[in-house]
Amino acid sequence: MLTGDRVYRIHWEPGTDRLRAVCHCDAEREFEDPVQLWEWLLSHPEGHEA
Amino acid sequence: MSAIPRDQWYVAAYGAEIGPELFSRTVCGEPILFWRTRDGSVTAVADRCVHRRFPLSQAPSRLVDDQVVCGYHGFTYGVDGKCVSVPGQTRVPRTARLARYPVVEQDSFIWVFVGDPEKADAATIPRAPYLASPAYTTVAGMEPLRARYSLLVDNLLDLSHETYLHGGYIGTPEVAETPITTEVDDDAGIVYVSRHMADAACPPFYAKSTGLQGRISRWQDIEYTPPCLYKLHSRVAPVGSVPNPDGSDPDAFHVEVVYAITPETEHSTHDFWAVARDFALDDEGVSAFLAENNRTVVLQDVEALDVLERVIAAEPAGYQELSINIDTGGLAARRLLQRLVAP
Repeated sequence: MLTGDRVYRIHWEPGTDRLRAVCHCDAEREFEDPVQLWEWLLSHPEGHEA
Repeated sequence: MSAIPRDQWYVAAYGAEIGPELFSRTVCGEPILFWRTRDGSVTAVADRCVHRRFPLSQAPSRLVDDQVVCGYHGFTYGVDGKCVSVPGQTRVPRTARLARYPVVEQDSFIWVFVGDPEKADAATIPRAPYLASPAYTTVAGMEPLRARYSLLVDNLLDLSHETYLHGGYIGTPEVAETPITTEVDDDAGIVYVSRHMADAACPPFYAKSTGLQGRISRWQDIEYTPPCLYKLHSRVAPVGSVPNPDGSDPDAFHVEVVYAITPETEHSTHDFWAVARDFALDDEGVSAFLAENNRTVVLQDVEALDVLERVIAAEPAGYQELSINIDTGGLAARRLLQRLVAP
C-alpha cells in the first residue's frame, strides 16, 4: 500500500464489474471503463468538487 | 519520436557479468562498453572509437592495464574515457574522449544513467535489496526480447494473463477471477497493484518449491517504478494465515520476483528476471526448480510478445485497443512512462 500525499486509488468493487476511483483530494466516483476513470482522476481538480 | 525515456537509470547487466574483460551491451540504442577495473569498480563508456567508430568491444580491441586499445588503429583510452594516445603522432586531440556513463553497482545490478550525466542522481535508483541479501536465495537470468519494452510493461502489470499464458506453471483460475486494487503515487511515480487471493489453488511453481499442498492464500503485490524496475511481492501461505500485527509472517513463504525492463532499441528489450525466496535457502533442488520454471515462464512471455511486436509493427497506425478493469494498473504505468518521455 502506498502512503504518499498524492496517491490515486482504484478499488474494484467486490462482486461487481465497477471500479471506484478515489483521488488524493478525497473525491470519489464509480466507473465501468478504466480509460474514462483515468481521464477523470487526472483532470483533478476539475470535476472533483463535492 | 522515441518511446524510450531519457535521463533515467537502467539496468545494463548483472554485476556478475562484468569482470576484467571488455563487455558490451546496447541500452536505449546506445552501445556501452563495460569492464571491472583493477580497483573492483565498474566503468561504462561509449563502445565506439571516436576515430572511425570501431567497436571497442570487438576483437582485436583489447584491455591493457585498465586502458582499452582500439583494435582498428590503436587509439587508447583510460577508465575515464579520455584518449591517452593515438598512432603516429604525439598530440592527442582534445576532443578525443569517449562519452562516460554514470554507473552504480547495487542490489546485484549494474545501473547506468542514459541521458545528460549532469542529471544523474544515484539516490533515485529504486532498490531491490533482497537480491543481494543473505536472508534470501536468488536465481536470476536475462532473456532477449524482440519486442518494445512497453509490451513487457503491459504484460507484467496485468498478471491475469498468468491464467492463460502460464497455466500449469504459475497460473490458476483464481488469478484472472480475483479483482485488483490499483494505486498510483503521482509524486514518487510508482504504480502498485494488489491481488489478494484468500483461497486459491496452489500452482506447481509454489507447490513444489514450498511443499504447500491443496488450497493456499496467495497474494500478489506489484510495485513498478518506471521505467526500469518491477517488483512482484509474492506471498503464499496456508488458507486463513495473515501476517501478524507487528509485520512478522512466520507461516508464509515470500518470493520477490524482480524484473528489470531495459530497452535495447525501440523494438527490442533486455528482460532481466530474478526470483528471491526467504525459504529453503540452501536447497539447491529448489533453486534449480525455480530457475528452470521461471525461465520457462519468461520464455512463454517472450514468445508471445515477440509475436505481438511483429503484429504491431506491421499494422497501420491508429489501431483502437480495448481496455477493461484488469488493465487499470497497466494504463497507469503507460501514463507515467508517457510523462517521462515527454515531461
